Amino acid sequence: MSLKIVVLAKQVPDTRNVGKDAMKEDGTINRAALPAIFNPEDLNALEQALQLKEEHPGSTVTLLTMGPPRAAEIIREGMFRGADGGIVLTDRAFAGADTLATSYALSCAIRKIGDYDLIIGGRQAIDGDTAQVGPQIAEKLGIPQVTYAEKIVSVTDGKATIKRRLERGVETVVCPLPLVITVNGSADECRPRNARRIQQYKYAKSPSEKAQLSDTALYEARPYLNIQEWSVTDVDADLNQVGLAGSPTKVKAVENVVFQAKESKQLDGTEAEIDELMKELIANHTIG
Amino acid sequence: MSNFYTDNSDLKHHLTHPLMQKLVTMRERNFADAEKYDYAPFNYEDAMDSYEKVLEIAGEIAGEIVAPNAEDVDHEGPHVVDGHVVYAQGTQKNLDALVKAGLMGISLPRRYNGLNFSLVPYIMAADMVSRADAGFVNIWGLQDCAETIYEFASEEQKAQYLPRVCAGETMAMDLTEPDAGSDLQAVMLKATYSESDQCWYLNGVKRFITNGDGHIALVLARSEEGTKDGRGLSMFIYDRNNGGVTVRRIENKMGIKGSPTCELVFKNARAELCGSRKMGLIKYVMALMNGARLGIAAQSVGVSEAAYREALAYAKDRRQFGKAIIEFPAVYEMLSNMKAKLDASRSLLYETTRFVDMYKTWEDIAKERTLLPEERAEMKAYQKLADAFTPLAKGMSSEYCNQNAYDCVQIHGGSGFMKDYACERIYRDARITSIYEGTTQLQVVAAIRHVTTGTFLNKIMEYETAEILPELEPLRDRLKAMREKYAAAVEHVLATKDNELLDFLARRLVEMAGNIIMGHLLLLDTTRNEKFAASARTYINMGEAEVEKHASFIGNFTADMLADYRK
Repeated sequence: MSLKIVVLAKQVPDTRNVGKDAMKEDGTINRAALPAIFNPEDLNALEQALQLKEEHPGSTVTLLTMGPPRAAEIIREGMFRGADGGIVLTDRAFAGADTLATSYALSCAIRKIGDYDLIIGGRQAIDGDTAQVGPQIAEKLGIPQVTYAEKIVSVTDGKATIKRRLERGVETVVCPLPLVITVNGSADECRPRNARRIQQYKYAKSPSEKAQLSDTALYEARPYLNIQEWSVTDVDADLNQVGLAGSPTKVKAVENVVFQAKESKQLDGTEAEIDELMKELIANHTIG
Repeated sequence: MSNFYTDNSDLKHHLTHPLMQKLVTMRERNFADAEKYDYAPFNYEDAMDSYEKVLEIAGEIAGEIVAPNAEDVDHEGPHVVDGHVVYAQGTQKNLDALVKAGLMGISLPRRYNGLNFSLVPYIMAADMVSRADAGFVNIWGLQDCAETIYEFASEEQKAQYLPRVCAGETMAMDLTEPDAGSDLQAVMLKATYSESDQCWYLNGVKRFITNGDGHIALVLARSEEGTKDGRGLSMFIYDRNNGGVTVRRIENKMGIKGSPTCELVFKNARAELCGSRKMGLIKYVMALMNGARLGIAAQSVGVSEAAYREALAYAKDRRQFGKAIIEFPAVYEMLSNMKAKLDASRSLLYETTRFVDMYKTWEDIAKERTLLPEERAEMKAYQKLADAFTPLAKGMSSEYCNQNAYDCVQIHGGSGFMKDYACERIYRDARITSIYEGTTQLQVVAAIRHVTTGTFLNKIMEYETAEILPELEPLRDRLKAMREKYAAAVEHVLATKDNELLDFLARRLVEMAGNIIMGHLLLLDTTRNEKFAASARTYINMGEAEVEKHASFIGNFTADMLADYRK
């Protein structure tokens, strides 16, 4: 059975390699100083999708991302690794969205894609770390969700068998299609960009990127090089529910916190002391 | 986490050499494939852009997967299970990543699912993978053998085997035996033709076979019963799917421990003849070895790079007597010489690769149409240069690689002698480069006739007329003086008409040529990119002293002195 898979991806600032100038004076992210990358767990999600595509010939993997027009870069990145194509959900009206407005916009786009079997995304993005968008999309679409997935074991007879990685073990669940799956970083790493595909898809462009070109004949001859761009009107979204207008979350203030070791403890290292310390660290969630 | 392509701008410098435009345009037959394949380039800029993008993939895998796995692979190594090789876990992961990235069959034509890349980016990928893990590059780099199938096998065999290599199957070249190492004429493995089965069967033992359990092997075997020399040997293709070969043991080596070096037992192993009978050693092994030697030159440069970087980082970090040890002249001299040798050998590597690629591309075009007389002349000229430069590059870069690994340990001091730093693995891995695919001594044997026939001298004179920055002229004058000493030394030895004396002094003569050639190459590099200026000066300082030393030794040496050396 061939599957229609949508992979949710986000272009994020690379918060793993933070330099001195990563934050501006006002406490917001200095995006210019941080390279924009494919959110790491979304890559884990893409790998799960690509594995399903291999097991189910004829399946398609479509990337969906919301962001500024330059987010087309991660659609290309996904195509280099094996995705068939993608859509950039982009509109000034989407700007400033919190997770509620984001999941609303994405769910409108997914409705427009229609007849999907699986929607797979990373557990969370490394910029906001909320892990809310995937579950909210499932709620808005009224379909089941499986979070913290480590492996989509199989998809047969309209059901997906999924292994979840939880805090204290693993759990295997079976869930009917269609569904939303959010994938953990502990899942298989995404395959590398492929040498042939990078040559095939390097010219893939979105309409706003093509607008910069003088000659676009290539895009008629090779339709798979067209990355789609959808606006608020394209996905029939309610303007009151997207962007800043649709975002109840308000940032009150941002403070710079400097960690300082205020107190230290000297232990002799007896068994009892170590035992006590371990209990304390587990209790305050430092470890465990 | 690092990308071994983007963190080393020297690679892009060599990738964008002026000759590349002609080379790539020829290799792409004026970009005709763009009509047929949607991954073929439209023009030169497009091809170069693709080369770079693919090298970024290779660099990422080298830096983020292969290099971090290297230490574990070195400890774990491969194992034999039921007569077959099981790689170390890290080795398998490295290989899987490179296969998934489509980095197999890089230079094979697209009709066999290859990428049809120039040899330059292929060798560059080998350079980076070697920097990450010298042992691993052998397994991946044996895709070279596919070139030999492409050049000499039947169309049917090419269609059968080449797409498999592009899809990720590994290869091996089964040449050496317990009694046939450097002297391959002594190969005994027996090939017998069975009229009833219409195929060949191989029986015997091969030893020191890198990746001996690869999917597809090229095997040198004695097809002509009763013969004793190289003319009785033919080349065969063995497909592991047919069975008949078992791995008896994996050698326990000093270095490149992740690379399985196998002893193989052939028991009625079914095989196909590749090319013509009796041409196995004379023609095909020579082609195979030339490709492999270029690969070892790349491996040597990659290991040199790793050694230099480890040494530099340690010297900046380590403090003694109140300052970083890099501030001491004894240490910074070592580092500068390491860098000069690294830059010089890399420049020679890519110069050689371009020569090989130019002549092979002409040769390939000649299969499609008759070459014009001037094209044919150009092919011959590049073939001669490739023939001269390949052993020079392999010999010199592998020796420099060893010297750099030695100095890398030296800079680490006592810590370098411990197992805690990467330098000890680099030191062990480096050691093989000057031994396999022909020892340095055998590279000298291959290169010396280009000393005596003037190939090197002619090329040096040509370099002397190349356009360089005016401020580099004084350095070039020194190279000219070195050339005069070299020419005089050659004359002096040839005048004796004593072959033993020539053999005895051959290494010195070849090294002199190498020192002068690499000096010129660094001046050309500096002309295109000023970052090479310090290495050019340092290398010429070093090379000038070397040439002087050899000139003095040769000038004072007479045939009667050989008696003291003969054992």
